Amino acid sequence: MAGWTRHEGRAIHLPQDNVDTDQLIPARFMSTPRVQGYGDFLLHDMRRDEAGTLRPDFPLNGVEPASVLIAGRNFGTGSSREAAVYALVDAGFRAVIAPGFGDIFAANAINNGLLPARLEEREITALAGALGGGDAHVSIDLGNCEIHAAGQVFAFELDAMWREKLIRGWDDIDLTLQRAAQIRTYRESRVADMAWLLPDD
Amino acid sequence: MDLVAAVVWNDGRPDGTGVHRSRNSVGQVNFDNRHDTPFGLPSPPDRALPRRDILLHLGLGTFMCIFMKKPSTLLDKLWGAHEILRREDGTSLLWVDRHLVHEGSHHAFAKLAARGQPVAEPRLTFAVTDHYAPTRQRDRIADPDIARMIETLEGNARTHGLEIFGLCDRRQGIVHVIGPEQGLTLPGLQINCGDSHTSTHGAFGALAFGIGATEVAHVLATQTVWQRKPAAMRITFEGALAPGVTAKDMALGWIARLGAGGAQGHAVEYAGPAVEALSMEGRMTLCNLSIEGGARFGMVAPDAVTFAYIKGRPYAPGPSDWEAALTGWRALRTDAAAEFAREVVIDAAEIAPTLTWGTSPEQAIGIDAVLPAPESLGAGKAAAARAAYDYMGLIPGQPIKGTPVDQVFLGSCTNGRIEDLRAAAAVLRGRKARVPGLVSPGSALVKQQAEAEGLDKVFRDAGLEWAASGCSMCVGMNGDLVAPGKRCASSTNRNFRGRQGRGARTHLMSPAMVAAAAVTGALSDVREVMQERT
Repeated sequence: MAGWTRHEGRAIHLPQDNVDTDQLIPARFMSTPRVQGYGDFLLHDMRRDEAGTLRPDFPLNGVEPASVLIAGRNFGTGSSREAAVYALVDAGFRAVIAPGFGDIFAANAINNGLLPARLEEREITALAGALGGGDAHVSIDLGNCEIHAAGQVFAFELDAMWREKLIRGWDDIDLTLQRAAQIRTYRESRVADMAWLLPDD
Repeated sequence: MDLVAAVVWNDGRPDGTGVHRSRNSVGQVNFDNRHDTPFGLPSPPDRALPRRDILLHLGLGTFMCIFMKKPSTLLDKLWGAHEILRREDGTSLLWVDRHLVHEGSHHAFAKLAARGQPVAEPRLTFAVTDHYAPTRQRDRIADPDIARMIETLEGNARTHGLEIFGLCDRRQGIVHVIGPEQGLTLPGLQINCGDSHTSTHGAFGALAFGIGATEVAHVLATQTVWQRKPAAMRITFEGALAPGVTAKDMALGWIARLGAGGAQGHAVEYAGPAVEALSMEGRMTLCNLSIEGGARFGMVAPDAVTFAYIKGRPYAPGPSDWEAALTGWRALRTDAAAEFAREVVIDAAEIAPTLTWGTSPEQAIGIDAVLPAPESLGAGKAAAARAAYDYMGLIPGQPIKGTPVDQVFLGSCTNGRIEDLRAAAAVLRGRKARVPGLVSPGSALVKQQAEAEGLDKVFRDAGLEWAASGCSMCVGMNGDLVAPGKRCASSTNRNFRGRQGRGARTHLMSPAMVAAAAVTGALSDVREVMQERT
């Protein structure tokens, strides 16, 4: 996963609370291998009518592609399905800005280079308002945790460790395997303390 | 070496609950800044202390500190026992005792294959066919995508030498039902699974939480997971539940009160007399729904009820280990004076049979209530309520009771256990359902037990379909779907739009309430339906 520090792109506003993982990607698409791309599944049933035609009035269905999503409270609530993040990433999104996120969604986002930026509700309203005039261009400065839009600066919240991980594009498995000796020591003492830990073969 | 970082941060929560104290296994006290955030719980730059030789380095003061232990929470104890190390940024590397994988874990196995990495601990990894498991005609799976998902899991289990509870195994079932049923779920263990309802296993005093595919791949490769310690929260249910009220109602009740994101960033411990009075099945239901209130972790301290449930199960400690296991398990309790970042107290007697009316689990009311006016819910929630009413085809101000339903579903990791089926059967016995419905037991062994008790006959005689076990109509991945616009009384966990099928209208409630809806063909008060019997 490639790290990043700055992003410039077009933002769109989806003013809804509790956009859950079943909205982000309905379960029926989740057997698809990732290589086929998940972008078309993003918010599939919200974006389309029953016949499968894109609703012209839905924010994501504009002509220009967007890469920053401004959303409501508790974004990504629900299931652990990382496919919800794949759908956003494969559709070209690099950041979601919301007052709060589902815990598992936020962790999944970080693991896929997607920024879950937390901004207070009134700030979200101000940001969306600032973009309302047609200029939907935003610039995200990950190093300083700032969003620049329409001549204003919005400071967002992000766990420092997560910011580091996004910037460096770290692979956790590589980092963890460097600690293999410590893990082995822990395992030995745990198994010694609890004979029943390892089920019989 | 400083043992105690006597610095208190406060994140300025209006209720002053921002201060969180935690202690690791050697008695180190940390005062952590715990923001009430959905992610990122910033903490001070403490360093994890080496465990073994710590006493050699300490002076008298700190020595006293260790032996005059600060009281700790169940979360502290579980966390401390699994923490291999803590990085300077505050993130812990935790050891995983049981890793449960299912068909949906295919992304993680693909990541592992791409790295050419083996499964680190095949003996601690268990595969379960549940999300895509057909509930009928298992011998010939019509949908090639479903067949492929099931075959992929079987192939990965074979490749990596994992025990698999596959489609034709007599122990097959939903991962959160069979873990406890097989004795894989035990107090004090850390249990992870790529499924948000992994919080279920916390009912045994285990540290159990759902993880995403990248984290699943990480656990497969290392048997560990990086995690920031959540803030501790306790929900105490005082008093006793009224007749006809269940663990499902307790869960929907607190979520309605605190919101679907109300416990974000927290690990919830459920306590109080009404929790202690619950069976293991009830405690599992309560912990299962923690994630619907935003909490990745739910837990109940183990007690005699827990130990009696575990004893004799296939993977539980055998007779030679039993007493040693019990000694350890009995210590898994929150100390009397331990402090929580958040405390909520609920009077159990005030909880009515509760059900959802909208498209978020927080949109729930007692069966006697009228559908709330959107504007009465506060400015932030009115728009969502209007959209939910529109989707659900309901009108605010009307009573929810009496709303006709098109079908019912009994099952899921929330309410697919034997006690759930018994409760539903008690309502249905000798009666006919006015609407069609599906009953999918949580596991093949639950199904077998129910059949031994004659419950299958009760459901069939009532006109409901008795099917095999799996996640089934809770998530619809196996093709068990609710048709567009149809209203379903469901014992499941999510009433999200389209969860049970595109356009499906889901009402979450207890199994007994589902049975009452089946009998009357409408959303009904199970207490009244049962009274008609007497």
